[in-house]
Amino acid sequence: MTLKEVVNNVAEMPASKNAVVDIKNLSLTFQTADGPVYALSEVDLTIDEGDFVSFIGPSGCGKTTLLRVIADLEKATGGDISINGVSPEQARENRAYGYVFQAPALLPWRSIERNVTLPLEIMELSKEERIKRAHDALKLVELNGFEKKFPWQLSGGMQQRASIARALSFDADLLLMDEPFGALDEIVRDHLNEQLLKLWARTNKTVAFVTHSIPEAVYLSSKIVVMSPRPGRIIDVIETDFPKDRTLDIRETPEFLEIAHRVREGLRAGHSNDE
Amino acid sequence: MKLDKFCLVGAIAALLALIFPLAGMDADTGKQVAFVGDIPGLAIAMALCVIAGAAFTWLGVRSIYSGIVILAVGVFGCWQAIVTLYDYGVAGYAGTGFWLFIISLWAFVWRGIDVVANYRSLEKAKQQVANIIVPVAFGMWLLFAWEVLVAGFGVPQVLLPPPSMIGVRFVTSTDMMAADFYQTFVKAVLSGYVMGCGSAFIVAIAVDRVPFLKRGLLPLGNMVSALPIIGVAPIMVMWFGFDWQSKAAVIVIMTFFPMLVNTVTGLNAAGKLEKDLMATYASGYWSTLFRLRLPAAMPFVFNALKINSTLALIGAIVAEFFGTPIVGMGFRISTEVGRMNIDMVWAEIALAALAGTAFYGAVAYIERKATSWHPSFRVRRH
Ligand SMILES: Nc1ncnc2c1ncn2[C@@H]1O[C@H](COP(=O)(O)OP(=O)(O)OP(=O)(O)O)[C@@H](O)[C@H]1O
Ligand SMILES: [Mg+2]
Repeated sequence: MTLKEVVNNVAEMPASKNAVVDIKNLSLTFQTADGPVYALSEVDLTIDEGDFVSFIGPSGCGKTTLLRVIADLEKATGGDISINGVSPEQARENRAYGYVFQAPALLPWRSIERNVTLPLEIMELSKEERIKRAHDALKLVELNGFEKKFPWQLSGGMQQRASIARALSFDADLLLMDEPFGALDEIVRDHLNEQLLKLWARTNKTVAFVTHSIPEAVYLSSKIVVMSPRPGRIIDVIETDFPKDRTLDIRETPEFLEIAHRVREGLRAGHSNDE
Repeated sequence: MKLDKFCLVGAIAALLALIFPLAGMDADTGKQVAFVGDIPGLAIAMALCVIAGAAFTWLGVRSIYSGIVILAVGVFGCWQAIVTLYDYGVAGYAGTGFWLFIISLWAFVWRGIDVVANYRSLEKAKQQVANIIVPVAFGMWLLFAWEVLVAGFGVPQVLLPPPSMIGVRFVTSTDMMAADFYQTFVKAVLSGYVMGCGSAFIVAIAVDRVPFLKRGLLPLGNMVSALPIIGVAPIMVMWFGFDWQSKAAVIVIMTFFPMLVNTVTGLNAAGKLEKDLMATYASGYWSTLFRLRLPAAMPFVFNALKINSTLALIGAIVAEFFGTPIVGMGFRISTEVGRMNIDMVWAEIALAALAGTAFYGAVAYIERKATSWHPSFRVRRH
């Protein structure tokens, strides 16, 4: 397998698969008391079904903002965005999103199980169905047996897993994850990354994943989006061809290092033309 | 070696109590009213204090058992002090020796309570017993001190009756007090409280739903809450008559605003992250209200419920001063003061204190059950 086959620029790819997210020339400007903040500018991006897309870039480059625009938590001020062919608002009404925030955001008055069934309750599923799905989702993140516990009785990593189970429970089309493992130590993080990969391979979900870590981005993704700040924009999109059942070992391979290098170069370039 | 200061004070004070005169002179006979030698129980109690005090000063108070022994000595001493006051005619004539003995008892009780308060056990039942002993012992000591000071110095009953007299009055007029309690607490306080808090809660949600109400209604509510109840109560009596309805109206006015403000604040207490989470589920206003915002508001709501539980009782009693049928706690207080039946007034005050404490305790208990997830309750679990 040559490097050429592993790494492809997105522009050369034929648009054959179904686009889940289609963004064209999107921009977002926050009007603040001390003038406009150009959070996103001229963003073009497609995320296909089954893609695992990582967003990487320096702090403040608009990764969170982009995710929030996709999830209809923020409105773009220019350009077009469609999710599954409809507007983000429509997609939100259709419950297309499973959003995992940087903090677990579990409701402290609900048990783990009842936290996972929260979206299912809102969708008015039957009680048996809710319990069954919560059980399945908790099993996927290896939290079975903790149903009746309360969030504060779990470690930070377990809480984050519970919040992932909650995002998985209702079978959303698109999993949006904003630095879900940012606050965890390396070992736990590796473990959760492995679990996440397995999950992705098993469910074939579409995932948009924000991270600060180059190895994490390269290890997990089928597509890496490198961003740069002020105004936030995409400076490189790298596709990888690692198999879905990859293991942590691939981090030693030359292909992996090559892609990591390219990501780092991208980040550095974005940084220098900023200053 | 470190000496136990409290036990030392207890021993020395008890020793001095044996030496100094127990009681003052009788004005008519010119003789001392009583001697320690004539009162065997008191002599034994004082001797016990000296011995136990010296022993524990030397050995140190090491375990819960020493604490219980110290408390037991203190309780026996308190009993003998009361006997001395009333059975040997020392009431009104207490002398230096008597007060030194009381100081000795104070040191013992203080030390004993201190030991029990610092008791830690992993066995839940034992810990609970210790947790109950501390406030009970402290309360009993305060009552004892009150009794002894009033009786020992011969304070006129009109100024301050001793607690024993209040207690006797309390148990001998239970029928009247039960009627007063029913009139004031069950009829006026509970209904006013439920109406005031309930309506404020509903208005708070309306304020949350309709933004202009927030700007229009909150300042107005602020003004209503600033109305002095002394001024409002007679008007409410004119509007709603002499019976409990006018008292309930005063309570509604008093409790409305604290509940409104706290609930409005509580409804904004849910975190931005949690609200965004609900938004990604396309959760509607009512769904988000019941699943996220109301639970998050509960600590604030209960805060207001607790504040209002005490406000409501005050409001009802004060409002009764301005006209009432011939029953009710406030009515009783105002009429019995006029008839110089101060012990009855104090019995009503005690009843009000008990009712208020029980009411507050009940609300706090429900709070603890309903918001057991809140960090302020969580950390108490070992
Ligand atoms: N609500 C807001 N109002 C004003 N400015 C905002 C708002 N949200 C974000 N910004 C600005 O937009 C820019 C992008 O923010 P964003 O949170 O998307 O960055 P990020 O890439 O997620 O950074 P990090 O890696 O630190 O999380 C920042 O300059 C930020 O200050
Ligand atoms: Mg961010």
